[in-house]
Amino acid sequence: MDPALLQQVVEAGTKVALVVGMVMGAVTYMTWVERRVSAWIQDRIGPNRVGPAGLLQPIADGIKFLFKEDIVPPHVFKPLYILAPALSFVPALLGSAVVPFGDSIHLFGRDIPLRVADLNVGILFIFALSAMGVYGIALAGWSSNNKYSLMGGLRSSAQLISYELAMSLSVVGVLMAAGSLRLNEIVMAQGELWRWNVFTQPFGALIFMTAALAETNRLPFDLPECETELVAGYHTEYSSMKFAMFMMAEYANMVTASALMVTLFFGGWQVPGLASLRLPALAVSLIQVAAFCLKVGFFLFLYVWVRWTLPRFRFDQLMDLGWKVLFPLALVNIFWVSWLILKGWI
Amino acid sequence: MEMILINGVAFVAIFAALMVVFHRNPMVSIIFLIINLVCVALFFLFLQAQFLFAIQLVVYAGAIMVLFLFVVMLLNLRHEEETRPGGRIQWTLALVGGIGLVGLLWRSLRGRLAGPGATLGGFPDRFGNVEEIGRLLFGDYLLAFEASSALLVVAMIGAVILARRNES
Repeated sequence: MDPALLQQVVEAGTKVALVVGMVMGAVTYMTWVERRVSAWIQDRIGPNRVGPAGLLQPIADGIKFLFKEDIVPPHVFKPLYILAPALSFVPALLGSAVVPFGDSIHLFGRDIPLRVADLNVGILFIFALSAMGVYGIALAGWSSNNKYSLMGGLRSSAQLISYELAMSLSVVGVLMAAGSLRLNEIVMAQGELWRWNVFTQPFGALIFMTAALAETNRLPFDLPECETELVAGYHTEYSSMKFAMFMMAEYANMVTASALMVTLFFGGWQVPGLASLRLPALAVSLIQVAAFCLKVGFFLFLYVWVRWTLPRFRFDQLMDLGWKVLFPLALVNIFWVSWLILKGWI
Repeated sequence: MEMILINGVAFVAIFAALMVVFHRNPMVSIIFLIINLVCVALFFLFLQAQFLFAIQLVVYAGAIMVLFLFVVMLLNLRHEEETRPGGRIQWTLALVGGIGLVGLLWRSLRGRLAGPGATLGGFPDRFGNVEEIGRLLFGDYLLAFEASSALLVVAMIGAVILARRNES
């Protein structure tokens, strides 16, 4: 193999390992954060026995999941029942491939862009993946051959399709402001604080955040697995690691959605005013990566915060909100951004 | 390296397409159709047409196949799983149609697939990327594009009105 290709393969491999490691690490520790923060919100203590402050709890949980008996009920349609958890987990993980987590870093005499793949249709790729994510849930519901599972799967598909529309439309405003589908250029366009899309189009940000909650099946929109009506929804019949894969997919989706929220509306890896400090290039790169991680961390916390604060919507309320409130608002947002561009303000 | 990848995807695409037709369970057929459509999207990616790749995934592999899935899920086609050999007319029509299609494809592709080293020539440099498609849709073909979108809206409104129950 010639050295240029080898270098490329090593570089890409390192970045893939790094990003998958970061996402999986975040997924693992989000379970701990969720339980500790929910405990804190409800004035309890939460898991604090395994390791210091309960920090080893996720590892203990993982081991437990691996060693639990994997029950496949006799009435399920086996091929799809086994395929479904993978179908929901793979798209969730793939989404992180196009999110830029920094500008570029100068190492070993070459500039390395800090993202796995620089698709010129980055944002469309994410939408494509979220469209794929429906299959895992819908098929899990159907192949379980159980009415609660089927109801959960149907609800979830209906919900995903309804909210995807509002979500895509709220992103159109961002695309108009940046003039590109490339995620890195969207970040580049948000150099100064007042150019952050959350300030120029606050409605867009609000719609995107609401739709993202619905897309990841989190409270207040977790109707697909609504315990009080549907036992556990689409994953009622799943146990052991297959169940864990659905849970990991949910958390991986949360990580991707938070990263997108930051990239599209909160300036991505940009730190306003950093350029005026005249720091060495390496320090700037590292600070930008750290800023990106901090911002994503905030939104992950927000997810947990919302979950333990708000009650669940009813299904008709959910559909009403999606089609009658968010969808028209997203259209208004597009007109608002067009007006800003027409006036030459952004 | 690239050839191995392309041939691999092509093999999966053909296998999936055959399984769509030959598998008895309609649900499994749908899964194979999705796999086939994803393979087609990958072909667009090999041609550097990233926009077409994403749109193929969003529209065909995503939205349209979800609708297929819904319909099959709700129809509950259990008796369809039994074998049902087609009648003589069906077989004859399928045979004639199949041979005709292969003939047409052969006619149009004969020149290009001359042998090893043949390329899918004839594509412009910026084939299928966002800027080029945007320029075509909102420039050269603006009227046709807007007219077809209006047509789709009319069809959708019509479907909604026709499907509404009489509430009297």
